[in-house]
Amino acid sequence: MAILELKNIYKTYNPAKEDKGEILDNINLTIEEGEFVAIVGFSGSGKTTLVNLINGLLKPTEGKVIFKGNTVEDTSHERGVIFQNYSLLPWLTVYQNIDMAIQEAFPKASKKEKDVRVKEYIEMVGLTHATNKRPKELSGGMRQRVSVARALAMDPEMIIMDEPLGALDALTRGNLQDEILKIWERNKRTALLITNDVDEALYMADRIIPLKPGPKATLGPEFKVNIERPRNKTALNDDPEYKKTRNQIIEYLMNLGDAQAAESTATYELPEIQPKDFRWDAN
Amino acid sequence: MKDSIIRVIKFIGLGFLEPLIRLINKEEPKKNIKEVFRKIVAPIASVFIFVGLWQLGSTALYNIEADYKIEATLKSQGEAEAQKVKECMESGDPSCQPNTLPSPAQVYASYLTLLKDHKTIAADKKAFKEKTFELNKKRVKQGKSIITYTGRPSFVDQIKTSLKTVFAGFLLALFIAVPIGIVIGLSSTLRGSINWVIQILKPVSPVVWLLLVFMIVKTLTKNSEGDSAFIISFISVGLCSMWATLVNTAMGVASVNTDYINVAKILRLRPMQKIFKVILPASLPLIFTGLRITLSVAWMVLIAIELLAQSPGLGSFVWEEFQNGAMDSNSKIIVAMFIIGMIGFALDRIMLFIQNLISFEKETI
Repeated sequence: MAILELKNIYKTYNPAKEDKGEILDNINLTIEEGEFVAIVGFSGSGKTTLVNLINGLLKPTEGKVIFKGNTVEDTSHERGVIFQNYSLLPWLTVYQNIDMAIQEAFPKASKKEKDVRVKEYIEMVGLTHATNKRPKELSGGMRQRVSVARALAMDPEMIIMDEPLGALDALTRGNLQDEILKIWERNKRTALLITNDVDEALYMADRIIPLKPGPKATLGPEFKVNIERPRNKTALNDDPEYKKTRNQIIEYLMNLGDAQAAESTATYELPEIQPKDFRWDAN
Repeated sequence: MKDSIIRVIKFIGLGFLEPLIRLINKEEPKKNIKEVFRKIVAPIASVFIFVGLWQLGSTALYNIEADYKIEATLKSQGEAEAQKVKECMESGDPSCQPNTLPSPAQVYASYLTLLKDHKTIAADKKAFKEKTFELNKKRVKQGKSIITYTGRPSFVDQIKTSLKTVFAGFLLALFIAVPIGIVIGLSSTLRGSINWVIQILKPVSPVVWLLLVFMIVKTLTKNSEGDSAFIISFISVGLCSMWATLVNTAMGVASVNTDYINVAKILRLRPMQKIFKVILPASLPLIFTGLRITLSVAWMVLIAIELLAQSPGLGSFVWEEFQNGAMDSNSKIIVAMFIIGMIGFALDRIMLFIQNLISFEKETI
């Protein structure tokens, strides 16, 4: 059963002016329950706008976002979001940041149940030693772990990740990819990953869909990743299927970039300069 | 040990002493000698230069005034009288000194006089209290009001009264401006509709506020025996100074980082939770900046308001000294000026200290 459907989404920030501020156009996407889908796109192609349409922070100008059969009108605890810049509240400790999500998601639970749940999720992301620290005392990777724990603690049916590892260094990034996959495999939630890293998408997702650059960005053809899980990063490099899919996607994205560059119709007037011959005259 | 001392002095705003402590610990002597010179010796030298210039200036003014006085006596009363005046001045008799900017030494002498005066009055008060202690006990038993000391307040008492007034005014500003600021910060409609009031009332001079408050309080306190001068002055101080906090709070609340707002939306926080857990903590730094400005404005207008409202305090002290024109009045006014400045500085430091205590790092990335 499809858990999320995007139907003919069109989004502009400037409805009055016809062709300015148009971000997304003609977006159609269906995500099945339990699936891990990645959307890959250049920076500035409208990825964050797409994410905000799905999580309910923004509404499409035209078209519909349908989640579990209902049109999305607002944010919901059923869709957890992991932001690129972590968006932790700096005046709260790790515990309080996660506790805030749990207080809202499970208002009826007893104090003790809530406390157990907060601690459980802190432990899941391996931050028990930092329970009472504030975000500024944590490294980037640790902060993103808190953000992951906060999103998952609400027990969402779908997790939406907006370039979650974009600001991290390569090593931390690899570790967190593994951790997110481990958590995902444990309870098979539906996951949507937005990224600009093709390798990350290939390593994590079942299906990769490129987002053509805006204005009027739209989704390209999908690429299935037929590699068995659990995937092994080192072995992946020699996997023929991996290489093939990777080349296909990169080629597609490169062509997109070239096509965009070739579309430029501006003409430039060049100065009339001739190279001067500075050689000694033989005579 | 050394590092913790440095941390403490930095925390309380005495960070300029750091190189001296490092120098005593023989740490990088070359660099720290330079730093000591830059941060400690140079400022102290500038104080001496300031006092020196003041001395020169006051001497010059003294001479102008003295010459004029002698000349005037010469014209009106003849040479003999003028000679007398001159001798009188040179002898240092305070009764015939020209009235002008006092020298640093005179100001210091007045400072000591004021302290001595305070001691005398304090002793007097204490004696009075002891004397009336038994009597007051009896009066309380009989249901009569107690006898209180009604003598002249000393300079230190005036300072205390001023601090009390400014504190009351500051609290009033806090309790009016912060809630209103939050409400209008949350609603752009309300902000738009109230903005004209703020913009028009903000630049109104303290004097006008005082008169307005006077009109209202006078009527309201007609039948009560309360200290209406105190009420009038602290309300005026509060009304004059609250605008900075009001504007800053509204701005802080209205401009909370969209990331935090998005988090509140994604977590579906209830409205009250959103205000108290996200919006208020996020706008606290701006609210505090507003409160700091409010306190310094309150202290500044306080003197003018006390002066006009005839309510006791440093303002009326300055005004009374100016009116009474005794030979050391001028130097007492200058003493008051320095005291006012130093207290204002101290108040600002206290606010900065509290602000540092509650601040958080705004960067989350």
